Amino acid sequence: MNRHATAAAVLAILAALLAGAAPAVERFALPQFKSGYVRPATEVPAPRADLYDWLDVSALAAALAAASYLAIRARSRRGLWWLAVMSLAYFGFWRGGCACAVGATQNVALALGGGGYAVPAAVALFFILPLAATLFFGRTFCAGVCPLGALQELVVVRPLRVPAWLEHSLGLLAYIYLGAAVLFAATGSAFVICEYDPFVSIFRLAPLGRPASTMNALGGSTGMLVLGAAFLAAGLFIGRPYCRWLCPYGAILRLLGRVSRWRVTITPEECIKCRLCEDACPFGAIRRPTGDWPRGERLIERRRLAVLLVIAAALLAAGAGLGWRLVGPMSRMHHTVRQADRVRLEETGQVEGTVDLSDAFYATHRPPAELYAEAAAVEASFARASPLFGAWVGLVLGAKLIQLSVRRTRTDYEPDRAACVSCGRCFAYCPIERERWKKASGGTNAS
Amino acid sequence: MSEPKKQLSRREMLRRGALGAGLAGVAGTAAVLAARTARSGTVWQLDPEKCIQCGNCAVNCVLDPSAVRVVHAFALCGYCDLCFGYFPPGFEPDDEFETPGAESQLCPTGAILRRWTEGPHFEYTIDEALCIGCGKCVKGCGAFGNGSLFLQVRHNRCLNCNECSIAAACPAGAYRRVPADHPYLLKGEDQKA
Repeated sequence: MNRHATAAAVLAILAALLAGAAPAVERFALPQFKSGYVRPATEVPAPRADLYDWLDVSALAAALAAASYLAIRARSRRGLWWLAVMSLAYFGFWRGGCACAVGATQNVALALGGGGYAVPAAVALFFILPLAATLFFGRTFCAGVCPLGALQELVVVRPLRVPAWLEHSLGLLAYIYLGAAVLFAATGSAFVICEYDPFVSIFRLAPLGRPASTMNALGGSTGMLVLGAAFLAAGLFIGRPYCRWLCPYGAILRLLGRVSRWRVTITPEECIKCRLCEDACPFGAIRRPTGDWPRGERLIERRRLAVLLVIAAALLAAGAGLGWRLVGPMSRMHHTVRQADRVRLEETGQVEGTVDLSDAFYATHRPPAELYAEAAAVEASFARASPLFGAWVGLVLGAKLIQLSVRRTRTDYEPDRAACVSCGRCFAYCPIERERWKKASGGTNAS
Repeated sequence: MSEPKKQLSRREMLRRGALGAGLAGVAGTAAVLAARTARSGTVWQLDPEKCIQCGNCAVNCVLDPSAVRVVHAFALCGYCDLCFGYFPPGFEPDDEFETPGAESQLCPTGAILRRWTEGPHFEYTIDEALCIGCGKCVKGCGAFGNGSLFLQVRHNRCLNCNECSIAAACPAGAYRRVPADHPYLLKGEDQKA
């Protein structure tokens, strides 16, 4: 009997070799069992129920409401700190960092990119809710809701002051990163924000609630773990480096925070310009009073603004041109383009041998022309999107130049609407605010 | 009191206008998104028809061992006594073997259990706790057998990362987001379930 089966197997091997790697179906007839043996069903354990997605959305809404209340009404640094701890525990360590407004930006871009992707409602809400909250209350999401922000918030030990020129230059990175993330997400190439999220590997170290699959620290994402540790180590001395200079979602929130209906103030009372708050802010987000600008300079300023507008337009055009030039390399972020490039090299005999990427295509038994056509379609979408990305980079640079040259009059020390993450550290450093607390607690006879 | 108010007015008006524009923008984005929204969530799954068993699933998952395991569509299985998902190629069986030692098995972790059913037929079940998702048995079964063994993302293990790190490393582009209410891409009859 065994010899017989061996012969059958050898024949089958020969048949398989002759047929190439044809999709395997029923080389061996399905046995009809007479002993009453019943074929077991294939087990299919269900994913986490949708219900939990809505739990996450509810937690997000509640945390946003709490953060806004604590930052604007209660003005409680301690409350915000505890909220950050809870958000870090829930969104970070419990949910493994993957119910995330920052990453949701890419799902939204992919859905709007027109590839037929339908964004899950819960993910869309993760993107929209913090934006809406920011329009009303400023960046309270960053204060105590975002787990990435919370993690960095809690490790600030001895913040150093970053020189203004460096702060301004590094701040541009976030906008450029946002543009790149949207470009690669909308074209269906990659979700770079998630791929290069430095903190997610730290969140997943926690075995909390995942007894079956504790992540091995030396597993596949060692590099990202090292990067995360480096960010945290830097975060001891530089307040929130990721939030300030890289976070792409933070870049959107900065823009919206500038025009928010309400915002965090250092004290609701009158500023005495003691500059104590400026030293209190680890994120360099408090702006000094400017005094009055001399009136005579108005004409010069206008001329300068006109020149800068022209420069900004030139930068925009140059960026678009550069984006156009980079269509080729950028489109190689897409799997289909990489595969087509490799297959083309092999088909034209420019390289010898195959790799997994090309083997995967040959296994489909499709004609290469079909793959080339698909790749061309992807490249066409990059040809549209890449110059837009370049123009965006130009626009960001130009807008920064203009912003730096426009003079604003400030009479008091104020948190910068864009840069302030509503952490509430400055409250306790303001002598006027302390005076106000004393009055309030004396009046109610409570602690 | 009216003096500072006047000073602020132009800047404040601009800000309010921008706030209105921002609100309209966010509401507009929400409205556009609403048309492209799925009520149910998505999960990652790999298409066994595209899979080439390169072994990336075993090493690229953020979990260790990977959330990808072998599943067995019993409805497709030939119940072969000489199974090339179980024995290494070129294996010469003894006449009276029952269960061979681990050194004679293809699976590096001995995760496939072999049990006699009747006549020349043997049942192969996966011990999922031992499986590491390397796909060696899938390759053997696909090349020489009915292809009833294949890899799947197991949703009791998968963390459902927004960007699956295996998907990013898959040379075959076999990974895609599927609706959470149909979370498997099974071969054979199980597809109907």
